[in-house]
Amino acid sequence: MMMSAMPDTTVTKTKTTQVRISGFGGQGIVLAGMLLGKAASLYDGKEAVFTQAYGPEARGGASNADVIVSDTPIGYPLLTRPDVVVAMFQEAYARFRPGLREGGTLIIESDLVHPAEDDTAFHGIAASKIAEELGRRIVANVVVLGYLVGLTDVVSRKSVERAIETTVKPGTIDLNFEAFAAGYDRARQELRP
Amino acid sequence: MTTETDSAAPPLEPRVDTGTHFMLGDHAVAEAALAADLDFFGGYPITPSTEIAERLAHRLPRVGGKFVQMEDELGSMASIIGASLAGGRAMTATSGPGFSLMMENIGLAAMMEVPVVVVDVMRASPSTGLPTMLGQADVLQARWGSHGDYGIIAYSPASPQECFSLTIMAFNAADRYRVPVFLMMDEAVAHMTERVVIPPASEIVRVERKGPDKPPGEERFLPFKPGEDLVPPMAHAGEGYKVHFTGLTHDERGYPALNVPTHESLVRRLVDKIRLNADKIKMYNEYLVNDAEVMVVSFGSTSRSAFSAVHEARARGIKAGHLRLITIWPFPESRIRRIIKMGNVKKFIVPEINLGQMRREVERVTSLPVIGINSAGGRMITPDEILEVIAK
Amino acid sequence: MSAVAAQKEKVVAGHPIDQMLRHDRLPHILCPGCGIGPVVHCYAESILESGRHEDEHVCVSGIGCSGRAAGYINVDSYHTTHGRAIPFALGIAVQNPELVVTVISGDGDLTAIGGNHFIHAARRNVDLNIICINNFNYGMTGGQAAPTTPTGATASTTPYGNTEPAFNLSYLARAVGASFVARWSIFHVRQLKEAILRTMEIRGFTFIEVLSPCPTGFGRANKLSRGLSMMEAFRDRCQVENGAPQIGPLTVDITDTSKPIVLGNFLDEEREPYGPVVMGPVTKRGPAEWAAVRKTRYDDERHA
Repeated sequence: MMMSAMPDTTVTKTKTTQVRISGFGGQGIVLAGMLLGKAASLYDGKEAVFTQAYGPEARGGASNADVIVSDTPIGYPLLTRPDVVVAMFQEAYARFRPGLREGGTLIIESDLVHPAEDDTAFHGIAASKIAEELGRRIVANVVVLGYLVGLTDVVSRKSVERAIETTVKPGTIDLNFEAFAAGYDRARQELRP
Repeated sequence: MTTETDSAAPPLEPRVDTGTHFMLGDHAVAEAALAADLDFFGGYPITPSTEIAERLAHRLPRVGGKFVQMEDELGSMASIIGASLAGGRAMTATSGPGFSLMMENIGLAAMMEVPVVVVDVMRASPSTGLPTMLGQADVLQARWGSHGDYGIIAYSPASPQECFSLTIMAFNAADRYRVPVFLMMDEAVAHMTERVVIPPASEIVRVERKGPDKPPGEERFLPFKPGEDLVPPMAHAGEGYKVHFTGLTHDERGYPALNVPTHESLVRRLVDKIRLNADKIKMYNEYLVNDAEVMVVSFGSTSRSAFSAVHEARARGIKAGHLRLITIWPFPESRIRRIIKMGNVKKFIVPEINLGQMRREVERVTSLPVIGINSAGGRMITPDEILEVIAK
Repeated sequence: MSAVAAQKEKVVAGHPIDQMLRHDRLPHILCPGCGIGPVVHCYAESILESGRHEDEHVCVSGIGCSGRAAGYINVDSYHTTHGRAIPFALGIAVQNPELVVTVISGDGDLTAIGGNHFIHAARRNVDLNIICINNFNYGMTGGQAAPTTPTGATASTTPYGNTEPAFNLSYLARAVGASFVARWSIFHVRQLKEAILRTMEIRGFTFIEVLSPCPTGFGRANKLSRGLSMMEAFRDRCQVENGAPQIGPLTVDITDTSKPIVLGNFLDEEREPYGPVVMGPVTKRGPAEWAAVRKTRYDDERHA
């Protein structure tokens, strides 16, 4: 019988990325986190654990989906110092921005979040507007996910696409592909020197 | 694994969802129950176990099983005992408040020696506590919660993958030993999504209940006459053996026998059938134990922090080791005694999300210092907290 | 034929319901004058006349004197915890719908501590036959008050008289959805047996309240202490109103000799019995499947 044996290996430093995607209920935060974790875990050959806020405190107000991606098995499953924070609305920004690791990546929904004046190191994307242009506001989460992946390469584009294929309703796969591509391409353009 | 069906038509979907999944711990339990031929689920929804019931409500009917949402947890527990005695594999899933309500009938299952699986997803307690947040404070209740002496088996998974494998084992252990078996999950494991590999149906082992040696009618069947392993054979309602089961003290025929000698031998056997088979039942996982001077003993989601802490301690040159309990009951005390005999261990550390329940067990088997790292519930213990105590 | 020969003719090898009793459990623990024996007798006769093999019958009971019924009847039988006979029986009946599952238990067990299960099993119309032996008190433990104890009656926990109204159990059963509701007394054994037989035909939740003497627990404290006192009350005061449209007012007050006691088959309306959704072919281990498993096992052992 298989046991998820903790590896008896020599101690090595490994690459681990902690991602927090936050927003309000209905923005598809959970799906975005799920797709990210699934892409890493099932298709990139990495370890990933996905957790989310539960209960009444997760309904209304800021909610969050957390993903840890690592090259080696993950012990403590919760985020300690996120390397990436996505804030999809103002309250989420206020709540989770302070936890971001110094030098980490901050991504905001630029139409819904107004960062503090002295907070200049962020990446903004009008995900909702882009999603509306694609035909469905509901895919703003996947636009943001594309943007996040484009900026950080925490998982491969191909793997997220496979995760989309195996997760969303069949009729919406192409729309989600487009949404992901929109965010991803936007990030790649920004990174171009 | 074989599944008897009333017709040759294939089920709407396979019982075993073979493949690699990114799956919630609660869902892994449900999928494992399906893979283990679950016939009957009787439960009452309660956070944080509800996802198990919801998944089974969706999936169980599609593979020919029966899902019943009962009126309360007393009824849930009674219903699964009945379903098991009618020949089905039966389970329920609950959390602390429901677990408390189930206790009387858990004692009945122990006394009647009925195989059932009870999942308790532990949340911060006592009482209603923090319903959505984790705890690990039901572990002694699992062992001692119903009145009287009896033996049980309890597993404690540390990951969704283990939720799957241990649920399968729970069904097999229940049938093998004719006992209630508990899957003591904590909310963190239940609500964690990770890779879960579900093997092909052909690789899932089903252990059968011992049954009568002869067809009904040939000679009187004694449903409480134990074999050498102290486990008696079992016959089900409708098989024709005319069995009688009672929660009263009973003889080998199953008939009430309200006298001290019968009681003494029955209750001792209920305890001994687990105690004396403990070496076959107990499971644990060890990490860097052989030369360890500081030994961290943990279970459930806390094991993940303990693992990270021991890993980091080694990086700092501290000889730390980790013993992870996979069965919390029976408690692997003989293994701990052997580790102590190796002579390196100077202290034990027991991190747990309660105020020292399993620490007592470790203290029971050693005179070495046993240091608890405790939280009353609602949060995980972090690797740093454990590391700090290791390094002291 | 001589008188002696005629006498011999009457001597038979056994009693007609012998095969339905567990001889090695006798003598029973019940008091002289208790009504539980006649109920077990009626149940046993019904099994024999039911047209269903006795192996298809299952008896489940809770705790109390009535709860011991399961211990004397020679079918697969289960003596469970206090109040939980119904959900326990539900597990059996749902797991194997081919079985005829009868719950025999007392008024306190089924409607005080087990009241919630009673309500919901009736609402669901679970295929269970409930025989509730109502003796107006907790007899086994020495005559404490039950939800059925009449107002003003004395019990060991109501030494100054019971101030609570008594439950009308048949009315309750009807209100919460039973398919069949009857009230009989152990003076009315023919009617009782016919009612039990009828419930064995019905798929769904059926309820029979059987008024029963408890000279030891209830009678002594309420001027009904002779073995026959309550039987006389049943004989003299009972009126039969089969199909009575209003059973709410038909409460039972065994201590008020001015009031009639109304009995009858009050309701007989079959409706769709409970069954959880099963979409795939039913996967179950019923008796036939277990027999196949066992056969394989015995064969394996022979090969070993």
